[in-house]
Amino acid sequence: MTVTAVRKDPEKLTVTLDAAFEASPERVWQLWADPRQLERWWGPPTYPATVTAHDLRSGGRVEYHMTGPEGDQSRGYWEILEANAPHRLVFRDGFADADGRPNSDMPINEVRVMINEVGGGQTRMSIESVFPDAAAMEQLLAMGMEQGLQEAVGQIDAILAEDVASTPGR
Amino acid sequence: MQIAPPDFDRMFGALADATRRDIVRRAIGGEEGVAELAEHYPMSFAAVQKHIAILERAGMVTKERIGRRKVVRTNLEGLRRARRLLDQYEELWRGRVTRMSALVTDET
Repeated sequence: MTVTAVRKDPEKLTVTLDAAFEASPERVWQLWADPRQLERWWGPPTYPATVTAHDLRSGGRVEYHMTGPEGDQSRGYWEILEANAPHRLVFRDGFADADGRPNSDMPINEVRVMINEVGGGQTRMSIESVFPDAAAMEQLLAMGMEQGLQEAVGQIDAILAEDVASTPGR
Repeated sequence: MQIAPPDFDRMFGALADATRRDIVRRAIGGEEGVAELAEHYPMSFAAVQKHIAILERAGMVTKERIGRRKVVRTNLEGLRRARRLLDQYEELWRGRVTRMSALVTDET
C-alpha cells in the first residue's frame, strides 16, 4: 500500500488522499465496516479509538472516543449519509461533548470514501474531505485533520534551507 | 522586541497563499521595506500591504521602522514551529492509511 496522491482544492475546499491496496474492494471496505478493524486504524497507537456504536447505513451513526495516555477522552461521531458497500461511503465527521452530544462549536467535515478495483488485484481508495467553509477548514487543519500540506511544507523547507545557507543578517 | 506566540490557525491561512510565501522567503534577510517588497509583485501596493498585514498577524513576519522605511523581517521561530506542526498534521491521515495497510497485508 502506498499513498499515491494528496490533492487540495481551495475553491471547492476539499482535500483528497488516494491510496492503493493489494486487496479486493470488499476487503478494503471491511476496514470501515467492521468496528473492531476501524478501532485499529482510526486513532494512532498513542490515542486509540474505541467504537461504541456502529451502524454503517445511510442515516446511521458511528460513535467513538479517543483515549489519550493520561486517560483523557475526546468523543466523536459519524453521521452516515451514504453507504454502498463496498464502493462508496459518505459521512459527516463531528466532535461530541463529554455526554456524546454533537458539539456545534466545532466544524463538521464531510468525508467521501470511494473504493474501486483498478486491476492487477489492486484497489484504489480515495478519501475526500470537504469543508463547509474556509474558516472551518483552517480550524480543522489546526486539529490535525489535514494531510496534504506538502506544498507549504516544501516551501517552508526551502525557506529554512536558505536561512541556513545565507549569511546571518544580525 | 516582543513577538507574540504564533497562532497556528492564522499561520496556515498565512502560508496558504503563494504571494505570502514568497514575501516570507524574501524577508528572511530583513533587508527590504514594505515599498521595496511591493515592487516585486504585479499587484497594487495596497494588496501587498494586506498580505504583509496577514503575515504580521500570523506572527510570520515583523515590521520595524528603520529610518524612513518599514523593514519586514521573517520570524524564523514561527516558521520552524509551523513546520513541525505541519508535519504532525500530515501524519494524521497518512498514519491512518498506514495502519489500514498493516491490517490488510497481515493476511497475505
